[in-house]
Amino acid sequence: MTAVFSLNDVTFGYDRHPAVHHLTGRFLAGSLTAVVGPNGSGKSTLLKGLIGLLSPLDGRLERNGVRQRDIAYLPQQAEIDRSFPISVVETVLLGHWRTIELFRPATRALWRQAEEALVAVGLDGFGRRPIASLSAGQFQRVLFARMLLQGCPVILLDEPFAAIDAKTTADLLAVVTRWHGERRTVIAVLHDLNQVRENFPDTLLISREPIAWGPTAEVLRAEHLFQAKQMAEAWDDRAEICRRSVG
Amino acid sequence: MDPYATLIQPFVEFGFMRRALVACLALSLGYGPVGVLLVLRRMSLLGDALSHAVLPGAAIGFTIAGLSLVVMSFGGFIAGLAVAVLSGLVARVTPQREDASFAAFYLISLALGVLIISIRGSNVDLMHVLFGTILAVDDTSLLLVVSIATLTLVVLAVIGRGLIVECFDPGFLRAVDGPGAILHFAFLVLVVMNLVAGFHALGTLMAVGLMMLPAAAARFWAGRITTIAATSSAIAFAAGYAGLLLSFHANLPSGPAIILVAGGVYIVSVVAGPCGSLRTRFLPRRHLEA
Repeated sequence: MTAVFSLNDVTFGYDRHPAVHHLTGRFLAGSLTAVVGPNGSGKSTLLKGLIGLLSPLDGRLERNGVRQRDIAYLPQQAEIDRSFPISVVETVLLGHWRTIELFRPATRALWRQAEEALVAVGLDGFGRRPIASLSAGQFQRVLFARMLLQGCPVILLDEPFAAIDAKTTADLLAVVTRWHGERRTVIAVLHDLNQVRENFPDTLLISREPIAWGPTAEVLRAEHLFQAKQMAEAWDDRAEICRRSVG
Repeated sequence: MDPYATLIQPFVEFGFMRRALVACLALSLGYGPVGVLLVLRRMSLLGDALSHAVLPGAAIGFTIAGLSLVVMSFGGFIAGLAVAVLSGLVARVTPQREDASFAAFYLISLALGVLIISIRGSNVDLMHVLFGTILAVDDTSLLLVVSIATLTLVVLAVIGRGLIVECFDPGFLRAVDGPGAILHFAFLVLVVMNLVAGFHALGTLMAVGLMMLPAAAARFWAGRITTIAATSSAIAFAAGYAGLLLSFHANLPSGPAIILVAGGVYIVSVVAGPCGSLRTRFLPRRHLEA
């Protein structure tokens, strides 16, 4: 099996302070991995590092032939102005950015695909509505529809189901399962451990450093979860240089 | 009151009124979409900052070449652009937000402008830089204004999609490796360019009014970005036309007259426009089935 991301003693952080450090392992192509851990354990930072919005402070991250444009990324809080005067279907159509970019026309076929993506996420008939009229759950469905159009082989989701009701979560989890069935690599930051146990074959448990990484049942054992809770969240202004750093 | 004599004859009779009207039309075409994008980016006050930033460049141009429109415009453009680029850079590479970096650089620029003007001794002509005289627009300045408007519309046609996406969801554009930074700077160039076009006609202080007031008003009349931009251009031109007539008949300074008409349209829009105005909020009609 080829790895999409290979991490070799990688540290990600801000301003020399690690958010997550000394991470070693591989995300295999076609794997479906949940990233879990307490708040402040470096989960979001890890995703930002994987997509390339953040460079490693230390260690080596290899994206094996995966370019940034091959990765679809759903941030925890999208910087989207929800009152922006744009329609639902236009938002979804942005998923075709790689095809249309700045100058190429959005053909009728592309519009139709956007409409189909809306049907797939349960928003049939919502296309012409302005996004301002949607609820938070409906808007999350729109963002999933946009990722459907992106058709990327690698998909990173940062807490995709936070503040989303059970029905919407179930529908969107079905989309994630469908991606997994299509052999796409999906990495999702999640908090609901039952959801992880039921839907995600692999899990990475981190708490500012890796606790366990592997099959979900083995990772989410009581002692690992206890260990994750014990980790300090502190940002120490006078922290010494990490002695585990190479060189 | 004879409608022809009131509404049309001044433009037929006087060349300076005709030129002023054409200048208003050209400005309105560019100002509509650019102003709307500024409003949507929540950067409405940035136009104001940039219009002040233009001042030292125009002042230096004035000290070098006297009241030469081309030199002053060029100087203003360079100064405005310098402030835009420096602020943009600070906002992109440091954690400081754009509003703070813009405030810092435009204040430096403004102080520099005032300093240059006071060293060179006060000159009545410099009032022209601050407040403009649309009724004194000559053929050269008209050509400049129309060229900038044309260029603006062409640039918007070419990169409009990118500008809207960058404005709507900058994080997405970054994630798909889109040219976000380039688009952002291209947009700032458009804003500075248009403010320079306006400063000769309306002055550095008033030009931004014709950019922001119609754009802010248009949001209460339309729901789609293209119609909002078109509405904004229409309001800007209407304000220009009405303001010119007001200034002609009541013998008022033209710049403030135009901006005040636009301000009146804004207030009417806030109160009575069909999209999200006070009227829809406080006099709601009965709710629908679904």
